[in-house]
Amino acid sequence: MSLLSDLVNLNLSDSTEKIIAEYIWIGGSGMDIRSKARTLSGPVSDPAKLPKWNYDGSSTGQAPGEDSEVILYPQAIFRDPFRRGNNILVICDTYTPAGVPIPTNKRCAAAKIFSHPDVVAEIPWYGLEQEYTLLQKDVKWPLGWPLGGYPGPQGPYYCGIGVDKAFGRDIVDAHYKACLYAGINISGINGEVMPGQWEFQVGPSVGISSGDELWAARYILERITEVAGVVLSFDPKPIQGDWNGAGAHTNYSTKSMRNEGGYEIIKKAIEKLGLRHKEHIAAYGEGNERRLTGRHETADINTFKWGVANRGASIRVGRDTEKEGKGYFEDRRPASNMDPYIVTSMIAETTILWKP
Amino acid sequence: MAQILAPCSQWQMRIARNSAPASPMTAKMWSSLVLKQNKKGTAKSSAKFRVFAVKSENGTINRMEDLLNLDLTPYTDSFIAEYIWIGGSGIDLRSKSRTISKPVEDPSELPKWNYDGSSTGQAPGDDSEVILYPQAIFKDPFRGGNNILVMCDTYTPQGEPIPTNKRHRAAEIFSNKKVVDEVPWFGIEQEYTLLQTNVKWPLGWPVGGYPGPQGPYYCAAGADKSFGRDISDAHYKACLYAGVNISGTNGEVMPGQWEYQVGPSVGIDAGDHIWISRYILERITEQAGVVLSLDPKPIEGDWNGAGCHTNYSTKSMREDGGFEVIKKAILNLSLRHKDHISAYGEGNERRLTGKHETASINTFSWGVANRGCSIRVGRETEKQGKGYLEDRRPASNMDPYVVTALLAETTILYEPSLEAEALAAQKLSLNV
Repeated sequence: MSLLSDLVNLNLSDSTEKIIAEYIWIGGSGMDIRSKARTLSGPVSDPAKLPKWNYDGSSTGQAPGEDSEVILYPQAIFRDPFRRGNNILVICDTYTPAGVPIPTNKRCAAAKIFSHPDVVAEIPWYGLEQEYTLLQKDVKWPLGWPLGGYPGPQGPYYCGIGVDKAFGRDIVDAHYKACLYAGINISGINGEVMPGQWEFQVGPSVGISSGDELWAARYILERITEVAGVVLSFDPKPIQGDWNGAGAHTNYSTKSMRNEGGYEIIKKAIEKLGLRHKEHIAAYGEGNERRLTGRHETADINTFKWGVANRGASIRVGRDTEKEGKGYFEDRRPASNMDPYIVTSMIAETTILWKP
Repeated sequence: MAQILAPCSQWQMRIARNSAPASPMTAKMWSSLVLKQNKKGTAKSSAKFRVFAVKSENGTINRMEDLLNLDLTPYTDSFIAEYIWIGGSGIDLRSKSRTISKPVEDPSELPKWNYDGSSTGQAPGDDSEVILYPQAIFKDPFRGGNNILVMCDTYTPQGEPIPTNKRHRAAEIFSNKKVVDEVPWFGIEQEYTLLQTNVKWPLGWPVGGYPGPQGPYYCAAGADKSFGRDISDAHYKACLYAGVNISGTNGEVMPGQWEYQVGPSVGIDAGDHIWISRYILERITEQAGVVLSLDPKPIEGDWNGAGCHTNYSTKSMREDGGFEVIKKAILNLSLRHKDHISAYGEGNERRLTGKHETASINTFSWGVANRGCSIRVGRETEKQGKGYLEDRRPASNMDPYVVTALLAETTILYEPSLEAEALAAQKLSLNV
């Protein structure tokens, strides 16, 4: 066993210039992450200098068998916390050989929106709060829950400590350091209201990098749960009944909102979002109707409402923002399984580009 | 040791290896704390505790430990701050962490933060933000490196302390000039009980039965007398590393019960250090797979309860002639017995029975070297004519902000009427 460990942790920088690059992409379901590795001749820090690659799209539901090649375009580089040294993780998006983004590639359209001059001028910032649930491996019942039964009701678990209140902290803490090492802008973590549920936050990140960082963080998280022998779930309502769901609250601001008089801009933006509630909800994650019930700190899925410090609203504005007359707001509607490329670009589009 | 921690087959300290800033701990000292896996019992017991085990399913290698112990200082100036606060029950500790981008020297340099008070019973859902004010910084013994623990207290967005915030009032009392001049010292003896998970029966006790009666366990060694020493020892070093003023530890009279002492600390520090030490303790028991109980009487019957004896002195008490000041303080305390008792912890009436080294909850008494009294004065103090007193009434689940502030208030600020004083002096046969 120790020989295997020595080999996995081998520091190659003394023996060779070569590095390993793990190419990462999103598969056919829009939520499954895939990756494979290749050797490069030396360290790289610019994604544009990495070679394009390809994979078997017929094995991920993204291409037919007789024309199966899907091309990977490298878009963002992070340090590899598992291989360390000069090795890297590469976030990619996916194209046909003819150069057309395949249907599951949501990054391409988002990048277009984020390069629109009006959006660029507003420097949109995002803070994404990713919630997730840990499940025991063979039974798909949450980590720490007794088999055939339930833990005590919600109350003691939010930010709780102790073996009877916090289940799986090692995973969360390992993930925090791994993301900081990788160069991801991870800003915090906390234990959530439902036992076995956790949250981490990525941001503030500008434009398209928000989506890249969240997908990289999700990849690192699932690699860690793989090692820990625990199943990772992004389902928005993993357990029915009096148990919280899992969301991906999206905090957002533009340059105008962060400057003097920003609060008026915020209110206008929220108004616009209210007029496109149905379109946003349709893009905010599968199964969200099981979560947005109006209970458990959510607003009902058919209702759009906003409020200051109100956790039962669709949009929440912080007390600090109201007091200072500028700041940001929180869209609480996205589910934990949302695609950050879609959500971040849609919020920018509706609030900056769309004219009602 | 491994077999006494009954079901646990594997648990390890997450500690800094080679943390860059000068640390008294070396990797070698730390690794001697790591529990060696009990290979024989592994197959059976690990099935129950796989949820907590940090082990890959196919059992090849464990990469998480590398990530948990990762020293980030070569890669980033950022570090992690764990903000800690007291929740709605007054005894539940909560925490969450955030990344800080540049080094800080003082808690005032850390940003205020906020949390969802509706999830801790401290605010309604439609106005849920509670603000965290950083008050004290300690080193993080779990993350190592430059990472920190931050003790906070809790306010409304308008800046009012919320009802469960006891630190604010204590800080006010400790900044009163009369109190400041007296330099109040506190030494707090925190007792606690370790319970097996899932059955809530004390660690080391046979399930469905009882161990032999009290007698052999106090300060003892041996697999049949000491249950959970690794937790106590790991906690001791973790607290020293963190900068907590921990002064000692011992095994207690009831098997599975332990004690540690924090002090002497001045004023508000006593409360901050006790709360951080409780946080570190529950993080350690979390990893050990054992439940921490601060209940003052965990097991009914001929078994000791758990207290939080508070040793106390002022400058006047520590100087020549201090014994007279101590007697005057005891007099004041006797006149406010009911006020103190009601603030000394929930459920204390199950513990202060007059038996098991306690005084009855309704009676105020004091004595030299007498453990059956409300207040005990040491023989040394009597002999030298100066020293300190020990208030034995507080329960293990007391709030140290409340107790330390009340002791200072009653003995330094409170002025009883002359008749009340004379009556009390007579009752206690105190010539003051």
